[in-house]
Amino acid sequence: MAQIGLSGIRKAYGREVVVHDLDLTIRPGEFLTILGPSGCGKTTTLRAIAGLEEPDDGDIHLGEKLVFSRRRGVIVPPEKRGVGLIFQSYALWPHMTVQRNVSLALEEKGLGRAEIEARATQALETVQMTALGARYPSELSGGQQQRVAVARMIALRPQILLMDEPLSNLDAKLRLDMRAELLQLHRDLGSTTVYVTHDQAEALTLSDRIVVMDRGRVMQEASPYEVYHHPRSLQVAEFIGEPRINLVPGTLAREAGTLYLVGDGVRLPAERARAAKGERLVAAVRPENIELSTVPVAGWQEVRLDNVQPTGATTILQVCAGATRLRLVRPGFLRIEAGIPLWIGFDADSIEFFDPDTQGNVSAP
Amino acid sequence: MTSPGAARRLRYHTVRLRNRPDLVIGYVCLVALGFLVLGPLVEIVRDALTLQPYDLAYHPDGVVGSFSLFHLERVFASPLSPALFFRPLLNSLAVGFWVTAIGVSIGSLLAWLLVRTDIRCKGLLGALIVIPYMMPSWVMALAWISLFKNDRIGGTQGFVASFLGVQPPDWVSYGFFPIVVTLALHYFAYAYLLMSGALATVDSELEEAGAVCGMGRWKRLWRITLPLLMPALGSAIVLTFIRILGTFGTPALLGLPVRFFTFATQIYASINARNNGDAFVLALVLIVIAISFIWINSRIIGIRKSFVTLTGKGFRRREIRLGLWRLPLTAAVGLFVASTVLVPLSILLWESLILVAGDYSLDNLTTHFWIGQGNVRLAYGEAGVLLNNGILTALWNSLKLATLAALFNGVLGLLVGYAVVRGRGTRLSRGLEGIAFAPYIFPSIALGAIYIGMFSAPIGPIPALYGTFAILVLITVVKNLPFTSRTGIAAMLQIDTSMEESARVLGIGWFRRMARIIMPLSMSGLVSGMLLTFITAMRELSLIVLLLSPANMVLTGVIFYYQEQSMPQHSSAVTLLLVLIIILVNVLVRLVSRGAGVSGLKNS
Repeated sequence: MAQIGLSGIRKAYGREVVVHDLDLTIRPGEFLTILGPSGCGKTTTLRAIAGLEEPDDGDIHLGEKLVFSRRRGVIVPPEKRGVGLIFQSYALWPHMTVQRNVSLALEEKGLGRAEIEARATQALETVQMTALGARYPSELSGGQQQRVAVARMIALRPQILLMDEPLSNLDAKLRLDMRAELLQLHRDLGSTTVYVTHDQAEALTLSDRIVVMDRGRVMQEASPYEVYHHPRSLQVAEFIGEPRINLVPGTLAREAGTLYLVGDGVRLPAERARAAKGERLVAAVRPENIELSTVPVAGWQEVRLDNVQPTGATTILQVCAGATRLRLVRPGFLRIEAGIPLWIGFDADSIEFFDPDTQGNVSAP
Repeated sequence: MTSPGAARRLRYHTVRLRNRPDLVIGYVCLVALGFLVLGPLVEIVRDALTLQPYDLAYHPDGVVGSFSLFHLERVFASPLSPALFFRPLLNSLAVGFWVTAIGVSIGSLLAWLLVRTDIRCKGLLGALIVIPYMMPSWVMALAWISLFKNDRIGGTQGFVASFLGVQPPDWVSYGFFPIVVTLALHYFAYAYLLMSGALATVDSELEEAGAVCGMGRWKRLWRITLPLLMPALGSAIVLTFIRILGTFGTPALLGLPVRFFTFATQIYASINARNNGDAFVLALVLIVIAISFIWINSRIIGIRKSFVTLTGKGFRRREIRLGLWRLPLTAAVGLFVASTVLVPLSILLWESLILVAGDYSLDNLTTHFWIGQGNVRLAYGEAGVLLNNGILTALWNSLKLATLAALFNGVLGLLVGYAVVRGRGTRLSRGLEGIAFAPYIFPSIALGAIYIGMFSAPIGPIPALYGTFAILVLITVVKNLPFTSRTGIAAMLQIDTSMEESARVLGIGWFRRMARIIMPLSMSGLVSGMLLTFITAMRELSLIVLLLSPANMVLTGVIFYYQEQSMPQHSSAVTLLLVLIIILVNVLVRLVSRGAGVSGLKNS
């Protein structure tokens, strides 16, 4: 198992800086996801680890070995780094059969014939593609091509797996299956994995740790639980979670000894806010953390139900409290009608507060 | 400079080169092409502006190598100027104008008929139309001479004089008129190729939108299709015009007998008269004309560039019904194509089969000029074409030249394409692309003149190449580079970068990546690019005529020589042989590449 170390990585295309002084250590055996919108520098970072991109500054270590250092004049070419990389497009060679796609790199290593045969077969077995070894990539479905790409990579038994949005070209159903398989693969191989995606659900389900990037900078680096529950900034809060988190701007006020955030038509308990009375903040509440009742509850707030969107396993409700619209999620297929009055309540512990100017999280831990 | 920072940067960039084969290839190609393309240009500008050894006859007290406007004065402002410069200039422009006008009109009309209408026998006609383009441009001129030769030049008479007993007037036999007609009958195929490609990308729906607005068929053609084709039409006109400026064979065959000079033949005459300086000045003028035409065209098209982006994927092409005109038009096109291909070839065949030149009766037929042993009473004792050592050596040279040029061009096109596409957006990439395109703007004869100037003396480790076989290969490769590098770039653009990157990450080295992934994937484009180079090299005369010597003689040179010596049977027979080989190779390569499944490869 190998550790990956990035320090001071900087990369610009012309004047546009895509990665700003990135420091990142990926522990041996860890599954790390770099999450962010397109253009945030996540793919550039991954490609720098693979050696396909030369940073303008910084050092990269794979295991104990220094593979890139601008200052010390070290560039280990990608062919000598021994990492496995899965491309978004799979990058299978269209003029070779599946078998040949898998065995070409093994031949380059100078392995014996029997060894090549054995390794290719084993790799194809792992992804359950043995039967299709004689096919050409154009004769395979998207999921099958994905498996071949995986087989081609694992036949070389790399210690480090890099995946660049590997699931984005698959349809929704297949994506869920492959997600589980990739995670299983990571466990079986015991490799260190860096996974790049813009899909927050993939990041939450797969990762040991998530690095959220935006415009070339790391916004947060934490476990999925931490990122979801305690986002370090408004951007992260908005980017993670589906349906989107509720943001309520308002002013802090003290009523009957308790601190509240008073927004336009809604009032939230603000004991966790680390700010003084009279300050303007933004409260963020996950849709599943707002409690709901069809009958009045003491201390809860009456709202009007605007619309109901059942997705099957859950139901998304949109309610109106004065000028503030809130999204709520409830398990199950709720059969209620829009227009009726409802009562909502907030759990003070599950509300995060942000400074609207700095965008930073200002909640007590 | 020697600060630790600079040393560190230098070391980093040295290490980086090892990681970036595309950069290494890019720099090597840039330097080599700079030497082969721009070097010669600098050289002839210098030669044109300094006194040369051969000028001492006029300037006995001059110092060789000193700055002098002597050549410029001679060409532009001396009693010789009208003959040396102005008349050839006017002739070249007039020929260029008319050939372009006629050739592009015919080519565009044919392209429209074959691409956009329901004319019959499209496949056959389409295949036949491009044959004139595969033949040397002066085959038509040879056939013309056989048809309309009159007694003015002496020697034998042509078909018309022989059968009708009337001597055709001079203006029909030689000079401006036949040059325009024969060149137009060759270059229409070039315009056809350019225009049919453009027409195939115009969305029929745009025309149908016109129909919905109540426009008639011809109005749609005039108001919608033609404006959309303007960029392609502009390039077709400019490219045809430049090629005609640089063409040598036809003006030489049909113009020299009546002392009708174009720029190309005047350059040839000046070089033959050892007035290289004059030739260099003329070549420079030719290049300036070519560049200004390209510039004007790009300015005009630049404004209208947005048209090109109108066409895209997913369009439909609907054929226009010709109705009653369908069969007559099919017949007319068929007749025209046949007359541009079969008529000249038949005339040449007949010419090659007659014993006494000028006597076209059946009992004068012979195979002497094909398989006869030398006979002192006939054609200076030259043996028949298939037994003639001189011709067979030239044939061998031609094949060798075309094959080597095709191979070098294929490799170079691939490497240039690789370096340009991998470095997309960098200065190196743009510079390389520009320099690989530069030979395009040198009219063939001018490039030949440049190479005489450049390689008549040793340069560093390179010996004087003038008169050697190597210089023919060199100039052919350079002249064809714009086409092959473009093919290479197009082929490389179709290969997703991840094809190679995935191989890199998997530990596959550069040579293996090229051999196993890049080359197989770009093969179909490369093969057609190489085939084009082969054909161009086989039929080339304008480019190399100034560089030929007995030691490196090729077939086209032999044909020209026989024609100059008034040996029509030999020149006809050799021409037929040449055309036959070109067509054969073409068919063969297409069969082989299709058999290998190269063209049917799909990118996943």
